[in-house]
Amino acid sequence: MQVLVFIDHVDGHIKKASLEAASYGAKIAEQTGGTAEAVVLGNPADIDSLGKQGIKKLYQLQHDNLQAIDSQVYTKILEQVVQKAGSQVIVFSNNSTGKAIAPRLAVRLQAGLVSGAVALPDTSNGFTVRKNVFSGKAFAQVSVTSDIKIIALNPNSFSITEGDGATEIVPFEATVDAPKIKVTGSTKTSGKVALTEADVVVSAGRGLKGPENWKMVEELADLLGAALACSRPVADANWRPHNEHVGQTGIAIAPNLYIAIGISGAIQHLAGVNRSKVIVVVNKDAEAPFFKAADYGIVGDAFEVVPKIIDAVKKIKGIS
Amino acid sequence: MKILVCISKTPDTTAKIAFTDNNTKFAEAGVQWILNPYDEWYALVRAIELKEKDASSVIHLVNVGGTDAEPIIRKALALGGDEAIRINVTPTDPFTVATQLAEVAKQGGYDLILTGKETIDYNNGSVGGMLAEMLDIPYVALATNLQIDGTTATVKREIEGGEETVEVSLPIVISAQKGMAEARIPNMRGIMAARSKPLKVVEPVQVEPLAKAVEFGLPPAKAGVKLVSPDNVEELVRLLHEEARII
Ligand SMILES: Cc1cc2nc3c(=O)[nH]c(=O)nc-3n(C[C@H](O)[C@H](O)[C@H](O)COP(=O)(O)OP(=O)(O)OC[C@H]3O[C@@H](n4cnc5c(N)ncnc54)[C@H](O)[C@@H]3O)c2cc1C
Ligand SMILES: Nc1ncnc2c1ncn2[C@@H]1O[C@H](COP(=O)(O)O)[C@@H](O)[C@H]1O
Repeated sequence: MQVLVFIDHVDGHIKKASLEAASYGAKIAEQTGGTAEAVVLGNPADIDSLGKQGIKKLYQLQHDNLQAIDSQVYTKILEQVVQKAGSQVIVFSNNSTGKAIAPRLAVRLQAGLVSGAVALPDTSNGFTVRKNVFSGKAFAQVSVTSDIKIIALNPNSFSITEGDGATEIVPFEATVDAPKIKVTGSTKTSGKVALTEADVVVSAGRGLKGPENWKMVEELADLLGAALACSRPVADANWRPHNEHVGQTGIAIAPNLYIAIGISGAIQHLAGVNRSKVIVVVNKDAEAPFFKAADYGIVGDAFEVVPKIIDAVKKIKGIS
Repeated sequence: MKILVCISKTPDTTAKIAFTDNNTKFAEAGVQWILNPYDEWYALVRAIELKEKDASSVIHLVNVGGTDAEPIIRKALALGGDEAIRINVTPTDPFTVATQLAEVAKQGGYDLILTGKETIDYNNGSVGGMLAEMLDIPYVALATNLQIDGTTATVKREIEGGEETVEVSLPIVISAQKGMAEARIPNMRGIMAARSKPLKVVEPVQVEPLAKAVEFGLPPAKAGVKLVSPDNVEELVRLLHEEARII
């Protein structure tokens, strides 16, 4: 099948989630005997390297009207690319950009959409894709019956491949509408690493007693190159910004490592983090429900244990 | 200003997740149903706040669902909607739901249409964008703040690693998440008033899904926690380094 991957970028670089989407799209093309192509709107510095992820051809469009991500404008451009390329499967990352554009494009192309996909499509009998449902507590196999299929892949669910292929960059001309959305400002969250893209997340809850005690959590996160997260009551009490709140009603994440400090592990919290590959729990209460969902646990006081973890990590990394 | 809030019914956040009919259907027996938290806490409450500032505003609620959705519709009316429309068909997927909602939206001539970020059961987050495309109007997803000044909306939206402020003219569709508003509890007066607020039932249009869940499953259970003594934290870091290979 002909595959088209949407490449999202920020600050002049392709987002990690889009490299995952590219690797995933290339794998679909390989499995179904087609070509993996991609499209980028703008000019990030690292587009040449998309060949490594298996992208053979990259349609590139540059235009003044693309500064703000206006899903209406982007959708109409993508429609023109799909028509030119004859794409049958279109892959997005299910990140903030993908969530804004993929549903619109699905309507425009009368294409079935699977958002939140976590595995490659199964084409043995029709075309079905596995996605997370019930906030990661279950999965569904979604059957797509339309000619064109759109998949929005959850971040951190497919590994980036590193081959040695090359990509041909093809400039693309299209009708580009004037955007109706104007960006007037932006702010970065406190952490250095974006929560949904992070490999490691260090998270803390009400067990930390107050916002003044986050220093050690931040230090551990820094050491591990991790993003920071927190439980809902912590964000509700304004100890931490609300965009660090993970869980059923916060952000859902799936890092390789999730370290939960002083969090009880309520079902609504677990719903946002249970797709993490390895979960480490530090809690002074041996009966805390989080231990049932954990891979590794320490029953102990966070104020004693976390500094020890910091020391041990420093030691293993050779920092003193 | 005319506001439409799209509300959905979801299992309670603590509901037991299980499937029946050969794993093709969610097991509804004994499940408590609630208004989807994103629709209630963020979309609806923000609409109510906007109406409190501009009393000439009206808030319509719309739900695609059977009679079993009426308790959650009444709850939303008790919180503060003016009237509700129920499109009488069991929802199956975002595309058919958006198609039904678009019919109501076209007839109502709304300035602002609010949805939740996603429903907490099927986690699609697709209805808002689909609806905006059907109406050919702008869509701002994952909004954490919304201010309206005349016909201009100023919206904060989540982007990877931060937030972005955008300006856009009405009419628009917005999907709401945490930050938009603070959850409220309906009061007695609201509950009494909700009983006499209009709840109109309309019949659905004909539409077929393009993608549909055909089978469900549960993830494999965890092997069980490996406990490490607090006096031996180095051991934990060693395990993460050597066994799990992540530090
Ligand atoms: C509809 C709904 C949606 C919700 N959505 C979310 C959501 O998205 N995300 C979310 O997180 N919550 C959510 N909640 C709230 C959830 O039910 C819990 O109340 C919340 O997760 C508890 O946060 P916590 O673990 O930080 O606090 P607590 O439950 O108070 O737990 C604190 C923990 O810290 C431990 N502790 C205390 N002192 C120490 C110490 N010195 N050292 C080590 N451990 C210590 C305690 O043993 C305890 O286990 C939701 C609730 C509802 C009803
Ligand atoms: N059956 C429904 N009736 C009305 N609105 C709905 C329905 N299903 C979803 N929505 C709205 O669309 C949002 C996103 O839903 P979804 O795309 O299904 O995750 C929800 O938060 C609701 O605001």
